[in-house]
Amino acid sequence: MEKGTYRVKTGFSEMFKGGVIMDVTTAEQAAIAESAGAVAVMALERVPADIRAQGGVARMADPKRIKAIQKAVSIPVMAKVRIGHLAEARILEQLGVDFIDESEVLTPADPFNHVDKWAFRVPFVCGCRNLGEAARRIAEGAAMMRTKGEAGTGNIIEAVRHMRVLNAEIARLRGMSYAELVVYGKELGAPPETLAAIQEQGRLPVVNFAAGGVATPADAALMRMLGADGVFVGSGIFKSEDPDRRARAIVAACTHFEDAARVSEASEGLGEAMPGLVIDDIPEHELMQHR
Amino acid sequence: MTIGVLAVQGDVREHVSVLDRLGTETRRVLRPEHLEGLSGIVFPGGESTAMWRLIDHGGLAGSLSEALRGGLPALGTCAGMILLAREITNWHERYLEIMDIAVERNASGRQVDSFERVISCDGLGTLPAVFIRAPYVRRLGAGVKVLGSMGDLPVLVREGNWLAASFHPELTGDTRVHGYFLDMCRKER
Repeated sequence: MEKGTYRVKTGFSEMFKGGVIMDVTTAEQAAIAESAGAVAVMALERVPADIRAQGGVARMADPKRIKAIQKAVSIPVMAKVRIGHLAEARILEQLGVDFIDESEVLTPADPFNHVDKWAFRVPFVCGCRNLGEAARRIAEGAAMMRTKGEAGTGNIIEAVRHMRVLNAEIARLRGMSYAELVVYGKELGAPPETLAAIQEQGRLPVVNFAAGGVATPADAALMRMLGADGVFVGSGIFKSEDPDRRARAIVAACTHFEDAARVSEASEGLGEAMPGLVIDDIPEHELMQHR
Repeated sequence: MTIGVLAVQGDVREHVSVLDRLGTETRRVLRPEHLEGLSGIVFPGGESTAMWRLIDHGGLAGSLSEALRGGLPALGTCAGMILLAREITNWHERYLEIMDIAVERNASGRQVDSFERVISCDGLGTLPAVFIRAPYVRRLGAGVKVLGSMGDLPVLVREGNWLAASFHPELTGDTRVHGYFLDMCRKER
């Protein structure tokens, strides 16, 4: 019997496809997410909108909070570590967290490296804005990717930008000879072996969700149309007027994204969405996606 | 012969790809009308709670249940096994209640305890198997046959036209479980 193999890790991510992963900060929110049809919850100290508003250093959640959320639900529980924070990652693994998000939403811990994810039994998901970032994270052992978007804004434009860039770069890669691929890898800062695997499959070799700015059922449907395997919703649910209804609606829209009538029906009468932020109004150094 | 794959959520693509390799036509099932003319249906891996919300709210539950009770052959893997089970020992909901088995959700533990190993199956030999937060069968009805096991634990079971696995045959590249299922579907036609 072998635990923590790459197949066991990536196989698990395949099970999330078509689903919605929701940020929660309490056991009550986790129960709402589960009953609304979330495929997993992300246990957090604060949702991204609050992290952005309050500023300061954002760290891994208190283990006590994570345990309370694990106890409250039967679906997988994910949690975030600061980029490169090996010790936080070991704590989450020891807690039996099902997936670790090495996330730019928290304040980075290591200015040079990300976590060596091959060294862990628990699988990791990482953010990316483009093919180079995706390929480096996959080379480091990430078993799942998500486009970064701009968390806590309720504004979908950055999520769309990152998915469009990724798709365009993969399309470019597909037409390349191996010699061209090696040079492209140098340009992107990406290992050629990983790029070769992406070229062969015509897509990332791991599941890729969209994140950062999903606030409505239509946002979820849009990201699926652009090729996302599913969506993460951070502040979009529990910062809205009626989280339970909105959560159910986003779950329905994520599955039925090709059926406009279903997405329309899901969008009806949900009350106020989370308050949104215009990206140009955010000072450059406060953008999380550059981390 | 067309085989449906329930496509509300989960590892639909992996099942479609195995069936493709076996030369079988597939159809993604999202709406009741997608069930028409199918010779069998696959319930993939995924999150059973999420899949059920989508089946139940989408008006699929009734049609699925009717088709299965009418004899439509089914293969359920992991979450798919939970959807087909009559009883779930550690959960307050029941789903399609088709197969006379009781299953325990997440019985293999959290993801850090998910594993792969070889199992032995009657008539199929030894198979590579991936268990991910897997459900285990805790009770077998009188009409349920054990086809594969891991020690004393049944992990591949059959009742009439319905086949259920605790593991994910769709993740290993081995096509024998799906091949066995297609034989069941052909005999039923």
